[in-house]
Amino acid sequence: MDYFLQQLINGLTLGSIYGLIAIGYTMVYGIIGMINFAHGDVFMVSAFSALIAFLVILAVGITAVPLALVMVLIFAMLISSLYGWTVERIAYRPLRGSFRLAPLISAIGMSIVLQNYIQIVQGARVKAIQPVFTGGITLHEGDLFDVRISTIQILIIVTTIVLMTVFSLIVAKTSLGRAQRSCEQDQKMAALLGIDVDRTISLTFVMGAALAAVAGTMFLMYYGVVDFFIGFIAGVKAFTAAVLGGIGSLPGAMLGGLLIGLIEAFWAGYFSSEYKDVAVFAILAIVLIFLPTGLLGKPEVEKV
Amino acid sequence: MSQAMLEVSGVTTYYGNIVALRGVDVHVNQGEIVTLIGANGAGKSTLMMTIFGKPQARDGRITYMGEDITRMPTHKIARLSIAQSPEGRRIFPRMTVFENLQMGAAITDGTHFQSDLEKVFAFFPRLKERMHQRGGTLSGGEQQMLAIARALMSRPKLLLLDEPSLGLAPLIVKQIFESLRTLNQEDGLTVFLVEQNAYHALKLAHRGYVMVNGLITMTGGGRELLAREEVRAAYLEGGRH
Repeated sequence: MDYFLQQLINGLTLGSIYGLIAIGYTMVYGIIGMINFAHGDVFMVSAFSALIAFLVILAVGITAVPLALVMVLIFAMLISSLYGWTVERIAYRPLRGSFRLAPLISAIGMSIVLQNYIQIVQGARVKAIQPVFTGGITLHEGDLFDVRISTIQILIIVTTIVLMTVFSLIVAKTSLGRAQRSCEQDQKMAALLGIDVDRTISLTFVMGAALAAVAGTMFLMYYGVVDFFIGFIAGVKAFTAAVLGGIGSLPGAMLGGLLIGLIEAFWAGYFSSEYKDVAVFAILAIVLIFLPTGLLGKPEVEKV
Repeated sequence: MSQAMLEVSGVTTYYGNIVALRGVDVHVNQGEIVTLIGANGAGKSTLMMTIFGKPQARDGRITYMGEDITRMPTHKIARLSIAQSPEGRRIFPRMTVFENLQMGAAITDGTHFQSDLEKVFAFFPRLKERMHQRGGTLSGGEQQMLAIARALMSRPKLLLLDEPSLGLAPLIVKQIFESLRTLNQEDGLTVFLVEQNAYHALKLAHRGYVMVNGLITMTGGGRELLAREEVRAAYLEGGRH
């Protein structure tokens, strides 16, 4: 039971990070119907931005942890938003209206460019930081080990819940959210109503990138290490999460992220950690066989 | 002659290599109701969309209130307070009726939203009943009402309507045309109306145009066109409601 609880906490933490990245995939897919394969690499860039900001703050001598964290987050979000915006601007927008595979290939190209760029400017070696958050809460003292939730795990889960709530409200209630949904459903009509479709798409990329930056910062704080390749693995997992939850659906992305995190944690905990990715993708395959639109995806029937 | 509110001169439009409009001249003066009639595939809806720059005219010029809008992006044209209820209605299917109306008011500053809402609900009480229902679940007639109401929510000076009578019961068509007359007379709304239902449209309109194969072939006062033998033969006999 203790072991189960501990894996549950670990899985939720991991799942939160995947969920935050998955939102970027699902929103972009919803609005322009393409998979932004460079999104995982924008996440990676944000983790590096967080690392740089962290080292600078340390060098300057700011020691108040909450202040430092907020500064790191803001910096990472700004940088990764800029990357998200730029990727859309130079790699996808010129291809809008061309055949469907063109932006997909362009996306894979952007992903390779970003990876290699970071590898060249930051080096291929793994970069590490010393732990920022050390404390934690012992939930239960067991015979073999204690069930613990660390400060950073609490931070990740709480931040994710808060961001998800805020984000869902933006999409459901604000004029920006309505503009996004209208572009998702009928771009031509949205333009007829005065919506700047290009700008709305850009903002969607920026929002996805900003959430990925939160995930990147949390990733850095949680694992303490980053390298130029983390974007690929995290990206594939988050993409899987988005598909599992139903691509295009916001709550689906979150649910998918949590499920992937939990499957990974439990599989690693009870079976073998080498095969955890196999488990994740096997479950994805099974779900898609029975629910081709994912768990919360909407089948395309309403078009009149 | 004073300058027209909307002036389309010598406009040609292509879909790829296929020509849809072959040099169309149409103008709409402030305060008028002008109708464009013609058979299926004549290019009426293409003209409506070309005014909004989707697709853009290849040749010719479109001006609105003296401003050249031929090459202007669609969303900027919409912000000049021209509204369109387009062909096929194009309701956002996964938004509620209320949200669709909010989208209509997207370019306004929101100060008149409540009173505008009450106004369109007075014209179409059915929409009020369906306020929280998703657009995709409405019947065709209700969607048509919503498309018109959504266009009105932007407080337009010029309203383009593409076949508002399509799929509607004759009684509702009559009611919609009455509403248009009221809006025109009381609020000074200028209306450019595309119709296959030529009888009602010509009776309502101050002036009319007839389009055949991407060309304007006839023009004149609404009742004058209604009386012409060619118009009656081609668009009215058997089609009267």
